[in-house]
Amino acid sequence: MTDTPVPTNAGASPPSQAPRSQWWDVWDQFRSHKGAMVGAAFFLAIVALVVFGPLIWDVDPTKTNIRERNAPMSLSAPLGTDQLGRDIFARMIEGGRISLAVGLTAMGLSLLLGTLIGVLAGYFRRLDGVLMRLTDLFLALPLLPLLLVMVLLFREPLTAAFGIETGIFILIVSAIGVTSWMQTARIVRGDVLALKEREFVLAARATGTTPAKIITRHVLPNVMSPIMVSATLGIATAIITESALSFLGLGFPPDFPTWGRLLNDGVPYLQQYPGRAFWPGLAISLVVLSINYVGDGLRDALDPRIRGR
Amino acid sequence: MLTFTIRRLLFAIPTLLFIALVIFLLLELAPGDPMANVPLTVPAEVKEQMRIALGLGEPMHIRFWKWIIQFFWIEPLNVFDALFGTSFAEGKLRIISWQNRAPVFIAIAERIPQTLWVVGTAYVVAILIAVPVGIYSAYKQYSVFDQAGTFVTMVGFSVPPFFSGVLVIIIFAVQLKWFPSIYDTTHVVNSWDAFLFQVRQMFLPVMVLALQITSQLSRFMRASMLDNLQQDYVRTARAKGLKERAVVLVHVLRNSMIPVVTVIALGVPSIFGGAIITEQVFKVNGIGQLLITAIQANDLPMVQTLTFIFAVLIVLFNLLADVLYGILDPRIRYD
Amino acid sequence: MRTRTALMCSVAGALLAQMAFADGHEGERGRDGEVSIIYWQAPSTLNPFLSGGTKDVESASLILEPLARFDETGTITPWLATEIPTVENGGVAEDLTQITWKLRNDIVWSDGTPFTSEDVKFTWEYCTHPEGGCAQITKFEGVESVETPDAHTVVVNFSAPKPYPYTAFTGGESPILQKAQFEQCVGAAASTCTEQNFGPIGTGPFVVTEFRTNDVISYAANENYREPGKPAFATVNFKGGGDADAAGRAVMQTGEFDYAWNLQLAPEVIAQMEEGGLGTPVVGFGPLVERIMLNNTNPDPALGPDERSVIRPHPFLSDPAVYNALSMAIDRPLLVEIGYGQAGRVTCNWVPAPEAFNSTSITCDTQDLDGAKAMLEEAGWVDSNGDGVREKDGVELRMLYQTSTNAVRQDFQALIKEWWEEIGFAVELRNVNASVFFGGDAGSPDTFQKFYADVEMYANTFNGTDPQAYLANGLCDKAPQPSSQWQGENISRFCMEEYDALWNELSQTAQFEERTRIAKELNDMIVQNGGMIPLVHRGRLSAHANSLGGIKLNVWDSELWNIADWYRIDGS
Repeated sequence: MTDTPVPTNAGASPPSQAPRSQWWDVWDQFRSHKGAMVGAAFFLAIVALVVFGPLIWDVDPTKTNIRERNAPMSLSAPLGTDQLGRDIFARMIEGGRISLAVGLTAMGLSLLLGTLIGVLAGYFRRLDGVLMRLTDLFLALPLLPLLLVMVLLFREPLTAAFGIETGIFILIVSAIGVTSWMQTARIVRGDVLALKEREFVLAARATGTTPAKIITRHVLPNVMSPIMVSATLGIATAIITESALSFLGLGFPPDFPTWGRLLNDGVPYLQQYPGRAFWPGLAISLVVLSINYVGDGLRDALDPRIRGR
Repeated sequence: MLTFTIRRLLFAIPTLLFIALVIFLLLELAPGDPMANVPLTVPAEVKEQMRIALGLGEPMHIRFWKWIIQFFWIEPLNVFDALFGTSFAEGKLRIISWQNRAPVFIAIAERIPQTLWVVGTAYVVAILIAVPVGIYSAYKQYSVFDQAGTFVTMVGFSVPPFFSGVLVIIIFAVQLKWFPSIYDTTHVVNSWDAFLFQVRQMFLPVMVLALQITSQLSRFMRASMLDNLQQDYVRTARAKGLKERAVVLVHVLRNSMIPVVTVIALGVPSIFGGAIITEQVFKVNGIGQLLITAIQANDLPMVQTLTFIFAVLIVLFNLLADVLYGILDPRIRYD
Repeated sequence: MRTRTALMCSVAGALLAQMAFADGHEGERGRDGEVSIIYWQAPSTLNPFLSGGTKDVESASLILEPLARFDETGTITPWLATEIPTVENGGVAEDLTQITWKLRNDIVWSDGTPFTSEDVKFTWEYCTHPEGGCAQITKFEGVESVETPDAHTVVVNFSAPKPYPYTAFTGGESPILQKAQFEQCVGAAASTCTEQNFGPIGTGPFVVTEFRTNDVISYAANENYREPGKPAFATVNFKGGGDADAAGRAVMQTGEFDYAWNLQLAPEVIAQMEEGGLGTPVVGFGPLVERIMLNNTNPDPALGPDERSVIRPHPFLSDPAVYNALSMAIDRPLLVEIGYGQAGRVTCNWVPAPEAFNSTSITCDTQDLDGAKAMLEEAGWVDSNGDGVREKDGVELRMLYQTSTNAVRQDFQALIKEWWEEIGFAVELRNVNASVFFGGDAGSPDTFQKFYADVEMYANTFNGTDPQAYLANGLCDKAPQPSSQWQGENISRFCMEEYDALWNELSQTAQFEERTRIAKELNDMIVQNGGMIPLVHRGRLSAHANSLGGIKLNVWDSELWNIADWYRIDGS
């Protein structure tokens, strides 16, 4: 039984070398995962494109050009133009910045909340009842009125404090984060309930390990895989939810393109100009796919039983 | 386990009352007005009178109390009357929708069949596909099947139904003309042909919904199977000389079901909740569409009632999931 | 031999039938089977007095009928009455305080009972009951009493002279209810009458067979309908819900439906659907105008909730140079082309229809960016600090431009923002969820009545053909205020003594030419003095299957007003 999950001196490195941190082992394992490397490369490429894209492609994404509207793909507009003659490529880049930022941050927030509540509820029986009823409450709340209330209460103060762009960013990220952690919490709790009774946790407890240590060293690494799946699904949900929010007039101002909004706006033109919905759809799918592979690799890399094999 | 279940059920009552109150306050706080859909040509004074006729003039706590009484006493009485032909509820005011000033349960009863047909079928189809796909992709990790499965499920999940729904309509209804694009809720299945028509009109929405649910479910199934396939007990079981089939389908599967059971149990209430966007795209007009139109029209009694029923289902199915955990993994104890 | 004769007979029969029905499309009732209609907003009730929504009024108009309707040209025509009462034919009293309707005596309700003046009187009582919350109560404004001298005469008395008396009992919004059916449903009891509200008995060409709220309605031909051989359709399938996109597709591309209502879609999308070849769009123009309202009060967030958008004047929008420049910078023909296509026209007026009320004194159909810049320059608005925004006396031309969420409106926002920024404004955009924007929730800062923005865009219209009540929306005391719970129709908070005085004159004038002259003058006054910037005169665009005949798109009354005359075109 090698149930002590994080051995500090075991692993892929030969014993002759100086002791190294477990993260090097994780990295070694991750590097050997082909899918994860391709996914990571893809993801970084997309991030690089949206971050540095405007430096290379400096077309204003909100500039209309009526004579050039609905133009097909060409050198001057690589992905064509939309119904107001705005450059779709520039809009995709601009939209990607917002969508990726919203997707990643909201996903992070929701994972953090979900994992925290799930672990606490699963591990400490006293908290279980209260936290799970809280989860029930959030699952039951109708999303749309909840978002309307959040926008009503917090938009003015947030935009006043941080400016329109940052203010609304914070609002949207917290709105999505606060309304999407419940599933993760329930899944993590279920796993923790089972893990808690396993021999290695019992052993750790018997040797007097503090709950905090047990959770971080023994429990968390073992609930990584549902968390990773939630993360991959979560980023797609966050990007789409953002588009639903913009669609309802609760999101960014209408002159901020986001992938979700571009996809949404493209749907009525699906028959004439399929590209308009295709490109943002493809971009969202690619991000989700690449994160999925990264997640797969990370999960394997973090699993001490696989690592070193 | 029984005492646990009973204790949880008893605890559910105050929880649900609290949830009802939170929903009520949330809806009160949300901006919006039941008169928003009345044309601008109707003057403000008239709208005010209409609001008063809806009972909006009364203070908040009285309206909440009235709703509680109506939901827990008058509506059950009505059900009793309908079943046994009595007239206990006569003359008592039921929960009235603000959109049409008719009892909300009339509308809910009209909507349940199509929602169960479409969303329920999609759910069953999705589970039937997702569980085997998840098991097999995990068992043959990184095989061609697994890679293709990953690709399809990820694309399926990241493409929202407002896009995929319209896309399948354009391909299968407009171009190929194989399926209708608009669901007929008045259709009665009373013959083989009628049944075929029902299958045809359900096909597209079920397909779109099932893709979405399958994607999610099969990911969790696969991840959980992968976790368990690496465990020592699997090695032990194999070493004991158990058949591979028995190892995977009995030992590993049972232990892998915990996160999947959660996802499935959380999903069942959402069958009742309907699929808002998919119902909208295919005009299924089920519970989801009822909820979204009620929210848009600020029909608070309707939204309150629907979300509360939804909350009851969530609490019940989460309890069920907890009981199932105990059955799947005897080590889990709640007492 | 026998078969051949039979064959010949049937061929001859078919020929005969074709000849007979070639022009009038006549025949027995219900000969054409089913017609299916799709409204992307689903009707929630069939009692138009309880809802007021267009979808509910129009779905009820197959069953319930008024005494007189407006036809497709906006002309009032008798429906359940024998003629239109006027001063000339003695139907309207000389002092304009009384109107006498003569009812047709061949009308029966769909349950077979006769239609009488008692039903008409009851309708008035039903709607004006203080606890009923009737949506159409303005139709009965000024009605003091309704008398029924005999079974087929109705006398309506007004408390003051009523220059335009065709409001009560006319048009789709004010149909007649059956007294026998609704007697127990007056006032607060209205909510207990689900059966009646979902299945009213009417005099119209169809009766309800099944009503599913917010979903679908099934109708069948009314066996007691007054005209033999009508309606041509035996049943109607009226589906509701979804979006305009899907409705248009179902009629023009897949052919699943025969008629789709109010297709607010981009012109390119409509054109694409039309290529499906199964249906045709039809357009009608009522008085609906998409406009930009200019805030005449100060919306500065720094002011308290009771002063924001209440205190006059606006820091810069009160300057004629500013609002005129804003209007000149807009390319209206382009907006029409992009947003509405055949369902839109350029307009410079607040009241563009009926034609008699359409003022011709303002022109605005060419964009003039240079002229706008020069005008601002001349008035002293210059960009002295080089940030691209003009200012004067420390006031910068920075605006918040809000509207409801809607694809066309967001396109308009993008274009107009660009034009305005070009002439030296800074524009921030905001879109608000329509159910919040148009809701009157006094607690929400985002309603169009509160107008916590400098300019806002939406569309408005009026019912019927007389704009007097609509023009009252420019009166000083109709401005929304905290004291009135932010209710009130004067959204731009326009206020001008001359306007109020002229409107009072209109309310006392009966002569038609004089009314049109005053109305046009009022229209010009509000547009030229910074009340609003009219953009597009919007039409109603609906689509019908090519196999459906008899459609006359009516924007003045229910679109389904003449469904009794609809028929299936042979051979398709």
